[in-house]
Amino acid sequence: MTYIRPKFRHPEMPKNKLGYTLNYYEGALSTLCAGCGHDSISAAIVQAAYEMNIEPHKLAKLSGIGCSSKTPAYFLSNSHGFNSVHGRMPSVATGANLANRDLIYFGVSGDGDTASIGMGQFVHVIRRNLKMVYIVMNNGCYGLTKGQDSATADEGSKNKSGNVNLFQSIDLSSLAIELGASFVAQSFSGDKTQLIPLIKAAINHPGFSFINVISPCVTFNNNVGSTKSYDFVREHVEATATVDFVPEMKEITVDYGKGTQKQVKMHDGSSIQLHKLAEGWDPMNRLSAINAVQNARAKNEILTGLLYIDPETRDLHHLLQTSDTALNALGKEQLCPGSAVLKELNDEFR
Amino acid sequence: MPVKNSQVNDFVVRFANVNGTGSASANFLFTKAIFRMGVYVTPKNIFPSNIQGLPTWYEVRVSEKGYLGRREGIDLMVCVNPQSMAADVASVNTGGYFLYDSSKNLHAEYIREDINYIGIPLMEMCNTAFTDPRQRQLFKNIIYVGALSALFNIEFKVLEELLAEQFQGKEKLIAPNIKALQMGVDYIQKNYTYPLPIRVERRDLTSKLIMIDGNTACGIGAVYAGATVAAWYPITPSTSVVEAFSSYAEKLRTDKITGRKNVAIVQAEDELAAIGMVIGANWNGARSFTATSGPGVSLMNEFLGLAYFAEIPCVLIDVQRTGPSTGMPTRTQQSDVLLAAYASHGDTKHVLLFPSTPKECFEMTADCFDLAEELQTPVILMTDLDLGMNDHLSAPLEWDDKREYKRGKVLNAAELDNTKKFGRYLDSDGDGIPYRTYPGTHPSKGAFITRGTSRDEYAAYTEDGAAYQRNMDRLIKKWNTAKTMVPGPQLYQDKNSFATGLLFFGTSTYSAEEAMDTLREQQVFVDAIRLKSFPFNKTVEEFINAHEKIFVIEQNRDAQLKSLLMIELGVDPKKLISILNYDGTPITADHILKQISKNQSPSPVLNKASK
Repeated sequence: MTYIRPKFRHPEMPKNKLGYTLNYYEGALSTLCAGCGHDSISAAIVQAAYEMNIEPHKLAKLSGIGCSSKTPAYFLSNSHGFNSVHGRMPSVATGANLANRDLIYFGVSGDGDTASIGMGQFVHVIRRNLKMVYIVMNNGCYGLTKGQDSATADEGSKNKSGNVNLFQSIDLSSLAIELGASFVAQSFSGDKTQLIPLIKAAINHPGFSFINVISPCVTFNNNVGSTKSYDFVREHVEATATVDFVPEMKEITVDYGKGTQKQVKMHDGSSIQLHKLAEGWDPMNRLSAINAVQNARAKNEILTGLLYIDPETRDLHHLLQTSDTALNALGKEQLCPGSAVLKELNDEFR
Repeated sequence: MPVKNSQVNDFVVRFANVNGTGSASANFLFTKAIFRMGVYVTPKNIFPSNIQGLPTWYEVRVSEKGYLGRREGIDLMVCVNPQSMAADVASVNTGGYFLYDSSKNLHAEYIREDINYIGIPLMEMCNTAFTDPRQRQLFKNIIYVGALSALFNIEFKVLEELLAEQFQGKEKLIAPNIKALQMGVDYIQKNYTYPLPIRVERRDLTSKLIMIDGNTACGIGAVYAGATVAAWYPITPSTSVVEAFSSYAEKLRTDKITGRKNVAIVQAEDELAAIGMVIGANWNGARSFTATSGPGVSLMNEFLGLAYFAEIPCVLIDVQRTGPSTGMPTRTQQSDVLLAAYASHGDTKHVLLFPSTPKECFEMTADCFDLAEELQTPVILMTDLDLGMNDHLSAPLEWDDKREYKRGKVLNAAELDNTKKFGRYLDSDGDGIPYRTYPGTHPSKGAFITRGTSRDEYAAYTEDGAAYQRNMDRLIKKWNTAKTMVPGPQLYQDKNSFATGLLFFGTSTYSAEEAMDTLREQQVFVDAIRLKSFPFNKTVEEFINAHEKIFVIEQNRDAQLKSLLMIELGVDPKKLISILNYDGTPITADHILKQISKNQSPSPVLNKASK
């Protein structure tokens, strides 16, 4: 745990297009354990928001309960945050999003918060295709209550006390694809080069974006025999593709070397560029995405990168036909039908 | 056979039907016709938790005096359900009438010497006159309405008008309905003496009133109050609140050209998600509400505690039904009072409003949104199945166009610029109510983390006991502020002048007022108060202090409101005598009167005080 962070910043620290330096996107000091994967994810979020020139106040960060759900305090301190109740972040995010469609909604959850107590809400927020980013900081255990197995712990995985998990794990990425999530990615907290562009693409996606990030718990689940330890994950990671997010349409200049290029155009002209590594995988085909994930699992590999995307997807506001003006910006003039109309309504009941 | 004395505009009719057979609209036609003839009428639906095939009753009380509560005793029973016939015959008052389908002979055991039988071969008549099986079923109901119109002297023209209104756009349906009505009229005219001594005579008592159920009034209230986000989970008896909101919002908030809506309504996956969405929307500056019943409130407890502690406005309409657990889902009760008042773990208290008429359902729904935003806390409208799902005669809904939405203490960007250091939980005004900001307001000021964990005045997480306690004490200060803002009680006298008081709220009001009339006729005088909200304000406290004994009338087993009075005001329990009704039917004046006389102590408490 870091107790002191120097306030001093280099006066010539680079600024983004809005004139903000990177530290403007930081949050309070983390109180998580030193080396926690979650802190790396927070750093990736800070970096992504900085590079995307996001106005911090135009983003709302929401979470449930647990170690992961504490992290919104540790990034984007100029954004409103809502640390809600256990497993219920999706409903709060849904209400918030319906109230104001103009903000970016950034949800952070954990494997306990999502795959156990919050499974119902997770499933239904996907079903509604709420436009939000939903990151699961997945460490396979309940860190804040000292290391009990979670529902994403792999069968046979050993925790710190040496207990072997007897139950099948819930694979959140497969589930999300199965449920029709329109953006599903998987990553590793130790792989910032992959995670940052994925976060950027997720923020830009016009519907529900899910990123399952394996994020080792250094204190309770980083031992030999655990399938969520740094060592295990590093050894078993297999990427679908290298990913780059390009904010505006421009000529592809980055070459990733051997293999094929794939460019996914986003609704607003931006694009995701993929340098494909996985065989027989098409990011815009759900079946092939599910196959790729399941094949990797069968081979004891963790497939990371973008798994599936439907860039043309339509979100909840579209389905509900809500006005372009944010609902929270409407006043009495637009909302109250007035006494004359009420007279007519009364007459219907005579 | 004994015949009752003339009971003009004062009788109770009960319809015994099988649910799912189209009886509801026929029975409504009957009720509405009496309303259109200018006479007070109050219907109660007594229905099963079932869609088709089980007994259902519809009870209509006609009262010249304007008594809108339920009354025991059936003067005329319309029985078209053989399943419930034994009980239905038994429930008719001596001298009353039993109208039945005489297509089959009445079983000997259903014959009582002290009541009158009116047999009409409904099934036979229908089978002869109509060929379509569905019509044969439906028109049985219309035939008995026709028969009743002859028996009660209900003007045929009124029924015709109502049918014309009902089938506007489907005019083809009017003629067969009129034919069925006429068949009923003709049968009575040919076979029975009519009208009966119990009958309807035209008056001009109801022309200023409307007939509406409380849930619809709540739904319209939410539209007028500017609710833009509704999240809900279906549960009887609250479902029609959101259905009404949805249909009026659809009509009144949809852009005619683009089809885009100034409203978002989500059917959630459960009540937990429903209240979560409501809290998220309110947090983000939209007026949002949900409607549910007791089981839903149980599920919403955790979130209500969050909204209380994190100080987020939210509006919850609790249409109470008979608990505990699934209880009797389609029967009425006022049994969520304590649950709602203290919902969630830890020290929590919630603002409750108690409407007793549809007009109040409308007004108080709107008040809930103002109060929730001004107080930054959950506000719960405590209605019930009787008020919510039954039609009631009510004063028309009223909206003052000058009324502004009271959005509470919310800082905008300019105000934030003028704020040195924003403290989300700072009590700057000394009323316990801090200032809030919506997400997205200002690039560098006013952001904070909303949380269910303890925090200091600047919204920073803390486990410092002193800071925690300061916050809890401020919440009590806010609670005391709430006492000055919630709707005060209704007193039935200018000055408290008798030793005994009656205290009641919500749907006990009609019957309590009727009981008071009877007491007055018996030269027994009492003061009375009707509560409209929790927390209790000074007037409530004064009323209790001014009386030796107070009858607390409520519709639950455990005297929940009495407990609340004891807890919050420290009232001596001996002073509060409970009058309870908890069989699932709405309380009656007779019941109240019986309980009062049973509870008279040796030195009668109901005599005039020597003040």
